[in-house]
Amino acid sequence: MAIRRGRGVAAINYPTGMNLGGDPTQALVHSTPTGNFMVTLSSVDLGQGMKQIMAQICAETIGVPTDRVVVDTADTDTGPHCMGTFASRGTHRAGNAVIQAAREARQVMLEVAAEELEVNASDLETDGQGNILVKGAPQKSISIFDVALSAHFKRGRSISGRGMFLIPRSYPEKETGAMKPSTCYAHACTVAEVEVDDETGEVTVLTVKNVFEIGRALNPKMVEQQLVGGSWMGISHALYETTEPYYPNRDHGGTDFNQYLMPGPGDLAETEIIVLERPSADGPYGAKGPGEMCANPQMPAVANAVFDAVGVRIDTLPITPERILRALKAQAN
Amino acid sequence: MAKVPVQFTLNGSEKAEFIDSGTTLLNALRDKIGDTSPKGGCHQGTCGACSVIIDGELRLSCLMLAETCNGATITTTSGLAVGGVLHPLQRAFLDTFATQCGFCTPGMIMAAKVLLDHTPNPSREDVVEALSGNICRCTGYEPIIRAVLAAARANPQNAA
Amino acid sequence: MELRKSYFADVRKDDLHEIGQPRPRSDSPGHVTGRTAYFADRNFPGMLHLKMVRSPHHHARIRSIDTSEAEKHPGVIKVLTAKDVPHNVYTILILIQVGPEDETVLADGKVRWKGEAVVAVLAETERAAQEAAAKVKVDYEVLPAVFDMEEALKPGAPIVNEYHGQNYYLYDSGACRKVRFGDVEAGFAQADHVLEQSYQSSPIEHAPTETTGCVVAPEGNDRFTCHTNTQAMFFTLDNTSIILQMPGSKLHFVGGTVGGGFGGKVDVIVEPIAILGAKLTGRPVCFIYSREEEMQISSPRAAEKVVIKDGVMKDGRIVARKVTGYTDAGAYSRHSPYGAQKGAGHYPGPYTVPNVWIDTYCVYTNRTPSSAMRGFGVTIGDFALEVQMDKLARLIGMDPLEFRFINAYRDGDMKAHRQPTEGAALIECMQEAARVANWPVAEKYMAMSSYKNGA
Repeated sequence: MAIRRGRGVAAINYPTGMNLGGDPTQALVHSTPTGNFMVTLSSVDLGQGMKQIMAQICAETIGVPTDRVVVDTADTDTGPHCMGTFASRGTHRAGNAVIQAAREARQVMLEVAAEELEVNASDLETDGQGNILVKGAPQKSISIFDVALSAHFKRGRSISGRGMFLIPRSYPEKETGAMKPSTCYAHACTVAEVEVDDETGEVTVLTVKNVFEIGRALNPKMVEQQLVGGSWMGISHALYETTEPYYPNRDHGGTDFNQYLMPGPGDLAETEIIVLERPSADGPYGAKGPGEMCANPQMPAVANAVFDAVGVRIDTLPITPERILRALKAQAN
Repeated sequence: MAKVPVQFTLNGSEKAEFIDSGTTLLNALRDKIGDTSPKGGCHQGTCGACSVIIDGELRLSCLMLAETCNGATITTTSGLAVGGVLHPLQRAFLDTFATQCGFCTPGMIMAAKVLLDHTPNPSREDVVEALSGNICRCTGYEPIIRAVLAAARANPQNAA
Repeated sequence: MELRKSYFADVRKDDLHEIGQPRPRSDSPGHVTGRTAYFADRNFPGMLHLKMVRSPHHHARIRSIDTSEAEKHPGVIKVLTAKDVPHNVYTILILIQVGPEDETVLADGKVRWKGEAVVAVLAETERAAQEAAAKVKVDYEVLPAVFDMEEALKPGAPIVNEYHGQNYYLYDSGACRKVRFGDVEAGFAQADHVLEQSYQSSPIEHAPTETTGCVVAPEGNDRFTCHTNTQAMFFTLDNTSIILQMPGSKLHFVGGTVGGGFGGKVDVIVEPIAILGAKLTGRPVCFIYSREEEMQISSPRAAEKVVIKDGVMKDGRIVARKVTGYTDAGAYSRHSPYGAQKGAGHYPGPYTVPNVWIDTYCVYTNRTPSSAMRGFGVTIGDFALEVQMDKLARLIGMDPLEFRFINAYRDGDMKAHRQPTEGAALIECMQEAARVANWPVAEKYMAMSSYKNGA
């Protein structure tokens, strides 16, 4: 009887969005009289940080600091349509809609600034700090604060824009299954290192090294949040979680957090996260959806590491001590 | 149903209410007093989202009857910031990106505060132990552990 | 976390100001001070509490329902049964024309899973609602149930859901969604080794710390404001409009600040019945799942069975892959027909295989309906595929990572569902993983690229 070590690898890809259902999201952007920007949506923030990311996307597109942008979302009386937050679609779909709306608003903003500065709008650029400058002659400038005041009280212009992003529905061809399930894919590769106690069947995940390719890390700290939490959930799925421990028997399902098992703060694997960025052709600033795929590669990587450690294949999730011991017993016979 | 009086100090102010006998402290705080910072994640004492501090000890407010708290001094996360200045734990949770959906955050901060009140310079193991009654489904816990350790480091008394 | 900017530097401009910056989250100050308002933090005077009477049986005919004792219970304001729901039989994906309508808001004549909602009780307090719910008498005739997907698909199995008529979802392609690419039998015939293996998962709970729920308040003008933690505002509004036969203009949904979802809050379950309660009583109503309901009543990730048969050459090339996937939908469709179909679009994984045959089935059994969860339609498939890859590599005596390099898809490669690969990055992920894990990989693989014509 011994503690045995093993390691395993898995590599995966993941589609962004819900192409097979048709996938629209809309956004509106407008300026307040003093040059702050409101993004209006009906998208839902589940905790992943949708509001913050939409603010950064709007700010980047208009050319202002993020703290000049406020996101008002998920009120059906005011927010235009969004399919919802699922299928890793939020950042990609809503982000594209926000970019389109923000571009239209930016164009009006530049036109008003051009009238104030008596130049062509095409000769203007933003400095990212809240000012509009004449290209090549930065001493000739106007603040966005003053441009918004002018638009509202002098020029009678609405600095606003409408955004729409739609992936049309792909209908699978009946006989061949020809279809377009996604326009972009995120990627991952995970190496997991485990210890297996061949007496108790208990698995300890020592380390997980995750490499994720997500198009563009729009806010690296928030990407890290998703990926660390996702990696934890993947390990949790691999070893612990089910509502029906004797599936397909329905009995003995957990009803609280004492019965439904997940790793606690004392059960964490040492987790390393590396991010690669290959911008997607149709993503907002190249982003893909990272939220779901980050929890997928740990399950097979852990299963493969268990095999590497003790030489038994557990092909049924979760990989419980009971399953490992039964497999070891069968192998010994 | 019989109404019973309850009176306690919440975040420094006196509170007095008549409540239905049998009301949990969690429901009394949220529905009668209007402090919604403790969250009801399970109402069965297994998630820690409702954690509050009563007379210096960490308590699950979903498992306590409000009428047993007469005369107590209760602290919740909504009462931690003084004069608009965040408590070092709140600051650390912000700075280290230790919140995602935020639902477990008030309970986590309560658990961490009791730890730091008793053990100003905790080890990682101390932090793990202190948070082990609180469920988080988003973060994978590591960012929260780091936030608590960062808050402890920020305490000038812990300067080496 | 580290960003490795050296990869794909030639196709990426890092010239942005706000994007790529670790700006603080705007919602975090609210979280750390306990000020963030979740749906359940809304409290309205006179709010009623809704509790469900649920089926204790996996499959049963309802002979009769007697609510008289419950209605007399102190504090009870209203008791709802199927006849109170204007359009009681519904399915959420009807909005994208994926029918048939197959699920009841409140059971009508039959229950098809243990835990199914039968009667809704609205009372002044949660306790009164709970006590009254226990006084509802339902007379059941227990029917044979089926839990195992293989059993469910056999002729003569009990029919789980009459709206389908058979225990699988009928696609336009038949009993399963199909993908056919190349000649899979020729591939097996050509292969040095053929390996067929079966993989299985069990249902998994999303377990968000905040349970599913909503708080509804009449606006006093025939409109209803529903504070909800749904993951999809208009999806929920439009389905509610259908179920309640109420114009969408009368519905106002407010949400977007949610205590975790992970796919568990995309079903439209609590809102329609709570709004109906508010409409029929004129009072605010809250309907919040207990933790037990969240664990056993809310849709889990589906259990899946995945059978993979591969033909592989000694040099490492996979020449044929046949996948048969079974998704356990439980008693009702919800999002499962979509998930099974998404699986068909995902196989054979991120590998270029010349001969592919995919069948994915959405199967009905007498269990809690499953639905979307993080990685919907793909997660369990990836587990099966990647364990299979490990087995194949060992079968031919090859390093598991090098084996994946040989088969990894690259830009321009035709996928089984007949889309050319674009934007591939699997190879680079594996190269970086080999580096950080000190996993020895031959230089020729470390020199490969996902680009078209890459080495």
